[in-house]
Amino acid sequence: MIPRFLADRALKDPVASRRGFLLGAAAVTGGLMIGFAPRSAKAQAPAGRNPFAGYIRIGTDNTVTIFSAHMDMGQGIYHGIATLVNEELMADWAQIRVEGGWGNPGLYGNVGWGGTVQGTGGSTGTPSSFDRYRKAGAAARLMLVQAAAQEWNVPAAEIEVEKGMLRHKARYMSFGNVVARAAALPVPQEVPLKRPEDWIYIGKDRPILRKYDSLAKSTGRQNFTIDVRLPGLLTAVMIHPPRFGAKVRQFDATRAKAMRGVVDVVQVPRGVAVVADNMWRALKAREAVTVEWDESGAETRSTAEIMAAYHALAKQPGKAVATDIGNVGSAFASAAKVLEATFEFPYLAHAALEPMNAIARIENGRVEVWGGHQMPDVYQAIAAGIAGVTPDKVTLHVMKTGGGFGRRAVIDGDVIAEAVAVSKAIGGRPVRVQWTREDDMRAGRYRPAYVHYLKAGLDAAGNIVGWQNHIVGQSIVSGTPFEAGMVKNGVDVTSVEGASELPYAFPNMRVELTTTTTGVPVLWWRAVGSTHTAYAVETFLDELAVAAGKDPVAFRLDLLKDHPRHAAVLKLAAEKAGWDQPLPPGRFRGVALAESFDTIVAEIAEISVEGNQPKVHRVTCALDCGIAVNPDNVRAQMEGSVGFGLGAILKSRITLDQGRVVEGNFDGYEVLRIDEMPMVDVHILPSTEAPTGVGEPGVPPIGPAVANAYFAATKRRIRALPFNRPENS
Amino acid sequence: MIRFSVNGQQQELDLETDMPLLWALRDGIGLTGTKYGCGQALCGACTVLVDGQPTRSCQVKLLDVAGRQITTIEGASGKVAEVVQQAWARLDVPQCGYCQSGQVLAAISLLTENRRPTDADIDAALSGNLCRCATYPRIRAAVHEAARALA
Repeated sequence: MIPRFLADRALKDPVASRRGFLLGAAAVTGGLMIGFAPRSAKAQAPAGRNPFAGYIRIGTDNTVTIFSAHMDMGQGIYHGIATLVNEELMADWAQIRVEGGWGNPGLYGNVGWGGTVQGTGGSTGTPSSFDRYRKAGAAARLMLVQAAAQEWNVPAAEIEVEKGMLRHKARYMSFGNVVARAAALPVPQEVPLKRPEDWIYIGKDRPILRKYDSLAKSTGRQNFTIDVRLPGLLTAVMIHPPRFGAKVRQFDATRAKAMRGVVDVVQVPRGVAVVADNMWRALKAREAVTVEWDESGAETRSTAEIMAAYHALAKQPGKAVATDIGNVGSAFASAAKVLEATFEFPYLAHAALEPMNAIARIENGRVEVWGGHQMPDVYQAIAAGIAGVTPDKVTLHVMKTGGGFGRRAVIDGDVIAEAVAVSKAIGGRPVRVQWTREDDMRAGRYRPAYVHYLKAGLDAAGNIVGWQNHIVGQSIVSGTPFEAGMVKNGVDVTSVEGASELPYAFPNMRVELTTTTTGVPVLWWRAVGSTHTAYAVETFLDELAVAAGKDPVAFRLDLLKDHPRHAAVLKLAAEKAGWDQPLPPGRFRGVALAESFDTIVAEIAEISVEGNQPKVHRVTCALDCGIAVNPDNVRAQMEGSVGFGLGAILKSRITLDQGRVVEGNFDGYEVLRIDEMPMVDVHILPSTEAPTGVGEPGVPPIGPAVANAYFAATKRRIRALPFNRPENS
Repeated sequence: MIRFSVNGQQQELDLETDMPLLWALRDGIGLTGTKYGCGQALCGACTVLVDGQPTRSCQVKLLDVAGRQITTIEGASGKVAEVVQQAWARLDVPQCGYCQSGQVLAAISLLTENRRPTDADIDAALSGNLCRCATYPRIRAAVHEAARALA
C-alpha cells in the first residue's frame, strides 16, 4: 500500500542495499537460527530488542519456523516466502510454519522501501524477499549438510537433501538431528542459489505446494486478533469523536460503571474507552455513557462542499508541477481537436471484514501488543512511548488479519495506540480494543477524495499532441515522518502515481497537483494513487480513441512503441478476450491498462447493462509481474483485485454530512457481493525478470475497463464515482 | 439460565437473555470460529446453523435459541461438511479467511438441500456472505467441486 516509499532514503543510506548484508547465525535453545547481520552498525537493531529475530529457525523437533518480514492480510506472502525458503532449504512442506517477524529492522527492513524500516505495503513483499529468503534457505541447507558430513564423516558433496531428510547413500537423518551441530559451524558467506531451470517450487502451480493455512481458514481454526484468548482478557469499545478533530471536554459514565461486567470507563487521547468483561457488556455500557465534545477544531464541512471547492480548484492552475514535458499550451493551440473532462472520486473506506482491533498488556515494565503489525517498528515505538518504557521492552505478536487493504499500515498506530493507552489506564490489565463496524467505517483513514481535470489535443490524423492533468486532493503522507521521503517539490508521489509517468508517448505532457487540507484522515487504500489516476487516464484515453476514430487497443499499442512489456500485456489480454471477435447482442467490451508497483496489468471487461448499471460478466486479465513465484496466488490476487476494485467503482463511497460520516455499515457503504462477481480469466506473461508485487496492481484497470465498456454500451461517460450515485442515473 | 445445544453439547449459560448468540458463542463459550463483521446481519461472517438453517448469530438473542440446536464452524461435520471443507482447501479458496466460516456453513446448507446447484443457485444462497478479498469465483468453483464429490 505504500508506494516505492523511501526509495530516496535508500540512496542516502547505502547500508540498506542488498549487498550490505552478511550472513549470520546463532544457536538458539537447541536449534539453528539463520539471519543476515547488517554489515553496518547503523542499520542494526538496538541490542536486545528481539533476540530471537531471524529468518529461519530449525528446531531439534524438526520444525522449520520461517519469520516473515511481511504481514499476511490475505495476500499470501507467508506462502510466497515459505516457497522461496524451501526452494533452497528442501524441507518437507509439512515441517514448515510461518510467523510474523518483528523487532529487527536491520534484518526485516523492506528492501523496496530502502531497507531500514520493516513494513508491508506497496506490493513489495515478494520483490523484497526474493533474494534474502532464498539465501537464508540455502545457507541453512549448507550448514545442515556440513553438520551431517561431520556426523557421518563423509564428504559434504556426497550428501543430498530432500523433503526434510539428509541422505548419504542408504543413510538418512532428519534436520533436527544435526541442528545443534550446525549451529556451531561458521556461516557460509557466499551462498550459491539454484539456477531458475532447476527450480521445483518457484513458478509451479498449486498442487505442488498447497497453501498451508487454507484448511485452517476453512474450518474456523485460523486465529485473528479478535480471537486471541488470554487469562483475564478484557474488552474495550471506544467512543470516538463524532467529527474529525473534536476532543473530549468531559464525560459521564456513572450509569455505565454500575452495569454488569463493566470494569472501567477511561479517557484516552483518542476518545473514551468502555472496558468490560465481554464485548456485549461493553457495547451496552457504551450506550449509557454521555460525552461532551469540544468541536472547535473539528471538520464540519459536508463532502458536497469539499468537492465543490475541489472542482473550483481544478480549473485553476495547479500549485505544484509533477510532470512537464514540451509545451502543452502551444500543443493545444495548434491541435485540430481539444477534449476536456473532469472526474470526481469519493472517499473510500477499506472496510476489511475484521474490524480494527489490538490487544495490549503491561506487566512488570514489559508491554505486549497483539495486532495487525503492518509497520512493526513504528508500532513498537508508539507502544513504548505510551507505556513509558524503552522499545526493547515491547513485544509484538504479529497476527494474520481479516483483510487489510492498507488500513493496518497507519502511521499513528491508531487502534494499537488505543489498546496500549487503555491497558495503561487500567493498571496494565490485558485488554482488547475492538472497533465495531460503525467505528471502523466512521473513524477515518480513507482513500482520499480527488477531482481530476484532464485536457488533451489531437491533430488532424488523430494523434495525441498534448496531454494535461490537474489532480486536486489531500496528501496521504503530509504531516507524517514519510513526508520528507515522499513529497518532492510539493508533489506527494501517492497523489500522482499512475498519472505523472505514463508508458504512452505524449510529445507534450503536463501534470499538476493541488494538495488540499481537510480534517478527514486519509490513508493508502489498495493500489493507492492508481485507484483514481488509472480511472481518469484510461477512460480519457478511451474518449480520445473514439474521437480519433481508432480502436482502443490499436490506439494504445501505437502509443506503446517504446514499452514492449506494456504492449505485450495488452496484446495478450486482447488475444485472450477475443477482442477482434464479435460479441453476442447486448454484450459490450472495454479495455484498460495500468502499471502500478512495477507490475503491468491489462483488463478487458465484458458487460451488459441492467437498469442503468453495468453487469460485468467476464474479465480477462493479463499481467507481467516478472517471475510469478506462486502462479496460483498471482491468479487469486488478480481475481480478488477485480472484485475489490469493481465493488468500489460501482457502489462504494464515504460521505460527510456537516462533518459527520454518514455511512456506518454495509447497507450504506456497499461492497461487491457474489452475485455481482464476474468470471475472471488470468493470463500471466512468462518472464525471467525479477518478480514484482501482485497484491495491488490488479485493482486499477478494472474501473476504467468497465467504464469504457459502459460507454460502448450506452455512449455515456461516467466521470463521477461510484456508478450508482444519483447524478449518474 | 439459558439452555441450548452447541455442536451437540448441552450449554447452560448465565448470560443476559438479550445478548446476541454471536457474543455468547465467542465470549461465553469460547468458540471463536464464528466471526464478527458487521453486527447487523449484513455480512454473513457470523453465520451459524440453528436447527440446520443458516442464521446470522449477531441478530439472534439468546432468549430465542433456548432449546435449539446450534452448529458452528467448529461443529460442522458429516459428509457434506467434509467435502465442502476439502474442496475449499484444495482450491485454496481463502485469502484472509475471515469470512470463510460463514461461507463454508452457507455452502454446507445449500448443498444439503440442493445437490446440483447452478452458479445462480450459489449466488442466491451466498449473496448475504461478503468476502472483501472477493474469493467469489473460487467459492463457486469449490461448491461445484463439492457437489461433484457428493454425486
